[in-house]
Amino acid sequence: MTLLHFQILSGALFCIGLYGVLARRSAVLILLAIELMLNAVNINLISFAAYSDSAGITGQVIAIFVITVAAAEVGLALAIILRLFRTNNSVDIEELDLMKW
Amino acid sequence: MSIVAFYALAAICLGGGLGAVVSRNVVYAAFSLLLSLMGIAGIFLLLLAEFLALVQVLIYGGAITIVILFVIMLTRSQEVRTASDNPHRPLAITAGLVVFGLMTAAMVSGISDSTTTQPIAFSDLGDSLFAQWAVPFEIASLVLLVALIGAIIIAKQNTEK
Repeated sequence: MTLLHFQILSGALFCIGLYGVLARRSAVLILLAIELMLNAVNINLISFAAYSDSAGITGQVIAIFVITVAAAEVGLALAIILRLFRTNNSVDIEELDLMKW
Repeated sequence: MSIVAFYALAAICLGGGLGAVVSRNVVYAAFSLLLSLMGIAGIFLLLLAEFLALVQVLIYGGAITIVILFVIMLTRSQEVRTASDNPHRPLAITAGLVVFGLMTAAMVSGISDSTTTQPIAFSDLGDSLFAQWAVPFEIASLVLLVALIGAIIIAKQNTEK
């Protein structure tokens, strides 16, 4: 196992998440794909942390901050989706054109 | 031995991830995401990051997936059309493949092979978090508090009208 193995796995997961964000129509499923992309970034950070000599702790600490911000983001985004569902009776992003001109 | 574990875990991660973005059933998509996240926890163990693997299982497996499932139940998302109906789907596939190709090319040409270092002890991680990273740590707790209050206010029912 080399660093390259983990990097390519991380890149592949990130691109799967990117496809999900672009191709899905339900806001919940887009959020789910964003979680996948954040986790791909965490694999990237931690693999660099494990394979470099000096920056091991820094990489893991930043990964902890990424997880923290992801948890806050999920809570807020799901509250917004609930609110949208209550006002529009739909979570389809094609129908959410209120702020588009 | 560990290369076999790596390929097995990578297959779980990528299979779960693909299931999460192509599944037509929203609940299956959420469970595929859970599978992928637990595979990622295994990858963290292979990278000797035990604390991160623990946090991954607790936060993603225990909290985020459950919250996503709750919102799926509350919004009845099964009735929403899924990925196969989106007119931009070929474009999305192209974007994903192009970005992956560019990333792989950059990684293959730019990353030199090296060997794994020693695992980081829990106590070293804690020392670093509360000494060198103390201010960002406190700010992170503030971010969580603000997000919590904001989520409650946004999701609250308007009862007075």
